[in-house]
Amino acid sequence: MLEINSIERGIVIDHIKAGYGMTVFNYLHLENADYNVALIMNAFSLKMGKKDIIKINEVIDINYDFLGLIDPNATVNIIENGKTVKKVKLEVPETVTNIIHCKNPRCVTSVEHYFDHVFHLVDKEKRSYRCEYCDDIVVPYPNK
Amino acid sequence: MLKNRCLIDPADFTREEFREIFDLAHQIIADPEKYSKSCEGKILATLFYEPSTRTRFSFEAAMLRLGGKVIGFSEPNSSSTAKGESIADTLRTIECYADIAAMRHPKEGAPRMASHYIQMPLINAGDGGHQHPTQTLTDILTIERLRGNVENKTYGFCGDLKFGRTVHSLVKFLSNYEGVKFIFISPEELRVPEYIREEVVKKKGIPFEEVDQMEPYMGQLDFLYMTRVQRERFFNEEDYIRLKDRFILDAEKMTYARPDTYILHPLPRVNEISTEVDNDPRAQYFNQARNGMYVRMALICKLLGIY
Repeated sequence: MLEINSIERGIVIDHIKAGYGMTVFNYLHLENADYNVALIMNAFSLKMGKKDIIKINEVIDINYDFLGLIDPNATVNIIENGKTVKKVKLEVPETVTNIIHCKNPRCVTSVEHYFDHVFHLVDKEKRSYRCEYCDDIVVPYPNK
Repeated sequence: MLKNRCLIDPADFTREEFREIFDLAHQIIADPEKYSKSCEGKILATLFYEPSTRTRFSFEAAMLRLGGKVIGFSEPNSSSTAKGESIADTLRTIECYADIAAMRHPKEGAPRMASHYIQMPLINAGDGGHQHPTQTLTDILTIERLRGNVENKTYGFCGDLKFGRTVHSLVKFLSNYEGVKFIFISPEELRVPEYIREEVVKKKGIPFEEVDQMEPYMGQLDFLYMTRVQRERFFNEEDYIRLKDRFILDAEKMTYARPDTYILHPLPRVNEISTEVDNDPRAQYFNQARNGMYVRMALICKLLGIY
């Protein structure tokens, strides 16, 4: 049985869909952290079967749009003095900026690189998004 | 209010705003001389990064017939684009000289992106295989002049529905009106893009069919909108050659159409409409081209806040 201690002050991102923990880890650039970080993959979950968890021993800025995009059912707990002082409720974002990048080679974003990549939510259930410029529809993190 | 707005996509204006444009276009057709000085002192910039005959000339003719003037380029290599200048910088510069601009670009979304960097009104004159809203204005004005209104009609779209920006814009526009039905006739590889099918047609509950033959369906159509297979959008020449001649409208196929079915085409055509159809009174594609100038005159006036 793998054991990771509780943290005194920081952030716990729990109930991440199994398999997506590394994606969140990389997006938050936690590989560059000079504080304690734990990524637990495929932990047992009564509700989900298995889940990923990230424990960060520091209060850092987190892009909640990105987390909501990956998995709006994940939970984010802000920890102080060993206790949860705030729970952030995640939502599937209506608009995401510079998180998804358009892969349509016909899109203007393939040749002009100085402006934001903006995508708008098309279907909340499917988590599909539409490029603001070319209307290409993508599903970056399917709801499986 | 339409003054200083941009028209990039048919969804940018409401039905009422489009009605203003069409009403003015009908008035201009009835008495063009009355509007011959409406844009005196104003300048239209035409920025055509892709080839054009009808769209560029009709924009330029529209502005000149309104008493205004025109500057611009019809070939990107004659501008600082050849030196690597960005679209944003080009538009910001043009804004220093002109009151309104019309832009055609091969990359999808280029006019939308450009509109974020300027204050002056900008018109999308066609962006890649994506949208062509002023062609839609032309098409709708033509439909109104032939049949009175767009409602309660069956529209057939034939040819390259994947890269056919005029199809995308027209479908998007028509989907806001009651009683329309679409029949999409194309090879499977050239069907309408997913966002048109899912976000526009299905979401609005519009009855439609996707088929790969013309003859069985022509008797149902009020309008048949023919399109050219867009060679310039293909990355693979072999695919283009395989698909380009799948649907050709000729005199024999016209016998399947009703006496009141009209044939539209945004032009240019290659061979998808045989020249033997040109003298059929149901062939309206050259009238479409003429209507394009008048509706662009109305659009320019509205975006400049003149009427």
